[in-house]
Amino acid sequence: MSQIVLQMNNIMKIYPNGVVAVEDVTFELEKGEIHALLGENGAGKSTLMKVLFGIESPENGEIILEGTKVDIKSPLEAIKKGIGMVHQHFMLVPSLTVAENIVLGVEPKKNSLFTDEEKAIELSKEIAEKYNFEIDVREKVEELPVGLKQKVEILKALYRGADILILDEPTAVLTPQETKELFIQLKKLKEKGHTIIFISHKLDEIKEICDRATIMRNGKGMGTYQVKDISTAEMSKLMVGRDVVMEFDKKPVQLKETVMRVRDLCVTGTTGIRRIDGLSFDLKAGEILGIAGVEGNGQGHLVEVLTGLSDKYQGEISIFGKNAKEYSIRELRDSGMAHIPEDRMTLGCAKDMNILDNMFTNQYHKPEFSGRVLLKNKKLEEKAKELIKEYLVKCKSYKQNVGMLSGGNIQKVVVAREFSTDPKIIIANQPTRGIDVGAASFIRQRIIEFRDAGCAIILISADLNEVLELSDRLAVIYKGKFSGVFSNVKNIEEVELGKYMLGIKRDDNLEGIIYEQ
Amino acid sequence: MIVDAILSPEFLNAALRATTPILFAALASAIAAKSGVINMALEGILLFTALFGVIFSSAFQSAWLGLLVTMVMGGLIGFLLAFFVLRLKTDAILAAIAINLIADGATILILLAVSGDRGISSSINSIIIPRITLPIIENIPFIGAVLSNQNILTYVSLIMVVLVHIFLYKTPLGLQIRAVGENKDAAESVGISSDKIRYISLTISGVLASMGGFFLSGGYMTRFTTGMSAGRGFIALAASAMGGNTPIGSFLVSLLFGGAQAISNILQLGTLPHELVQMLPYATTLIGLGLYSYSKMKKRQRLTGK
Ligand SMILES: Nc1ncnc2c1ncn2[C@@H]1O[C@H](COP(=O)(O)OP(=O)(O)OP(=O)(O)O)[C@@H](O)[C@H]1O
Ligand SMILES: [Mg+2]
Repeated sequence: MSQIVLQMNNIMKIYPNGVVAVEDVTFELEKGEIHALLGENGAGKSTLMKVLFGIESPENGEIILEGTKVDIKSPLEAIKKGIGMVHQHFMLVPSLTVAENIVLGVEPKKNSLFTDEEKAIELSKEIAEKYNFEIDVREKVEELPVGLKQKVEILKALYRGADILILDEPTAVLTPQETKELFIQLKKLKEKGHTIIFISHKLDEIKEICDRATIMRNGKGMGTYQVKDISTAEMSKLMVGRDVVMEFDKKPVQLKETVMRVRDLCVTGTTGIRRIDGLSFDLKAGEILGIAGVEGNGQGHLVEVLTGLSDKYQGEISIFGKNAKEYSIRELRDSGMAHIPEDRMTLGCAKDMNILDNMFTNQYHKPEFSGRVLLKNKKLEEKAKELIKEYLVKCKSYKQNVGMLSGGNIQKVVVAREFSTDPKIIIANQPTRGIDVGAASFIRQRIIEFRDAGCAIILISADLNEVLELSDRLAVIYKGKFSGVFSNVKNIEEVELGKYMLGIKRDDNLEGIIYEQ
Repeated sequence: MIVDAILSPEFLNAALRATTPILFAALASAIAAKSGVINMALEGILLFTALFGVIFSSAFQSAWLGLLVTMVMGGLIGFLLAFFVLRLKTDAILAAIAINLIADGATILILLAVSGDRGISSSINSIIIPRITLPIIENIPFIGAVLSNQNILTYVSLIMVVLVHIFLYKTPLGLQIRAVGENKDAAESVGISSDKIRYISLTISGVLASMGGFFLSGGYMTRFTTGMSAGRGFIALAASAMGGNTPIGSFLVSLLFGGAQAISNILQLGTLPHELVQMLPYATTLIGLGLYSYSKMKKRQRLTGK
């Protein structure tokens, strides 16, 4: 039996609003293992980890670290005890550079008075290189796509040299390649004797990298298992309490009228670099156009201009036959555009407002919900309750603040809002980010239903399986250009796709990306 | 004619003088804002420390010792504000309003107790910080007349712009202040105590403002009169907000407001009704703020949907 480094015994955490998030959970870590923590959205995984990291104080239970009972009251104490945490939602300061974020709190000094910026950059570069993360440490964090932000978070924890590293859904926004790289690094860390707690909803990942898994359901522990002794189906059954269906039946595509036409689209970033470089495509009602690509190849900029968040572009975008610049965002939305943003916390929700308010931000002005002066609260409440039920949002009531929901449940609120307007175009950027297996398959099912009902969908996802499974056409984006287009998505091989994503292969014809000149 | 007057070195010299108290307070506001707390109590701190300056400089019979103690007092008021907000969880704006209201009454009361007068501190023989001429610079045409022969505190305020800039952007503490102000959770997740950072920021903010307060009664004027801060604390808040809460930005906008103050001072000697003339600095602030929010609104228009 190997050495136990951490024991969390009978932990109980009740939030001030009365939610019992963790109820008598016992959790044990062996030195040098990668230990998975599994459970549905809202099961209490993040909460348990916040208790360990000193952010939340438990109502009951004890923590025993290296054989001695400890009382961790703040993140500072946790860090001092060698615990590092990568949070589910980014804990970054947007206006600071990557290097500044990495060294924040433990800045190298010059003349014992000033920040040694050169040193900070050097140290950050060093650690990024050591773990094979390609990232420009001088760039401001606010300019980075989510995948890179995630890497900054991981580097931040590694920089502080954690013996026990908590990773709360680090792979939710990473592409398979990036995940693979991360896993190589995690294995290296493991060999060096670090212990890792790994949270993810992707069971294949758990199978691939974890030694043991502790499963939680509804705030309770469902036991700890050797990963090699348990199948993914058994895992999901333990998490959900029933079998999960993973198959979809998808009818053949039925193309209708063109709803979006993009020609020679160019977007220049703040630094003067072309982020989108001459994209052209058509989108018809009744199809799902998947866009695959390594994070940061222009996906974010593309979504920004398509959804009207920015009008700084050259070229032509026409939506429902009208120049996109003629729409205000409200008009765009009222004409049937829905947008699931990649980062639910910045663009997706107002975290200090309640679920109901968040569910109707895009339609409270409609006659259905608003009289001349006052909102029709009864209507709103009814609809909110309906949506909460339909989308399986785990909450006390619609009055709960969105910031108090678990990560996956916040995502569900955003999806519910965007899907409830009877959209004609859906721009879905990582729609199932951080959502558990059961709810994710439900959302994918909904996307297919929308398509069958004649909705046009652009699907961007780091989850290749998701894009491959849902898309009718698939375009690969590389450095702001499409490097390949596949009309027959079923026959794509992942290795082949990877080559296009990395720019090793490119197809200049791009046959099938536009329907008519 | 007015343009001529504004471009004269004498006027610019006066404008720099009038800028000084606003600038100290604007820097104070910038530091507090960077840490994520709006220091609305600047007006009260200016008023309190203007009075303390007179009292302590006369008590010690030294302007410098008086200034030092006044700075300590200013820091204490800043710390007190932080205590209300961070420990007692009072709303930052309400706590500041309380401090401002208390300052109005308490300064009169203290003045009465110390000098026997309820309006002016003439009977206290306070010591003021002197003006100095700058060698070499003094002899440069035009520039010499603008820059030289200013109060030492005016030079200090200019140096402070640079020092505060270095503090905020080149030191670890400055980095942490900016981090706390922008994303408190992020800062705390790496073990920074946001409360500690805010205590420090508000205390420094109080100290900076107190230098402006001291200058009002011991440099700009030679004695304390009730209500002499005259809205400068609020003007400074506007200045730092319009300057993006950066030291350099705050300085530039403070110059504009200081200039308006100086014009108003000059025009008071003329024939225009003085009520109208005295409005000038405040009207400038209002117009400035209007333009500022208009430009911000333009920028956001796309996001909020025309
Ligand atoms: N700050 C808070 N205040 C009140 N309730 C909260 C708060 N944070 C979380 N909860 C509730 O506690 C429960 C557990 O949440 P937690 O974030 O631990 O779930 P999770 O297992 O991490 O889920 P996910 O996979 O969606 O991230 C949820 O029901 C959630 O609504
Ligand atoms: Mg979570």
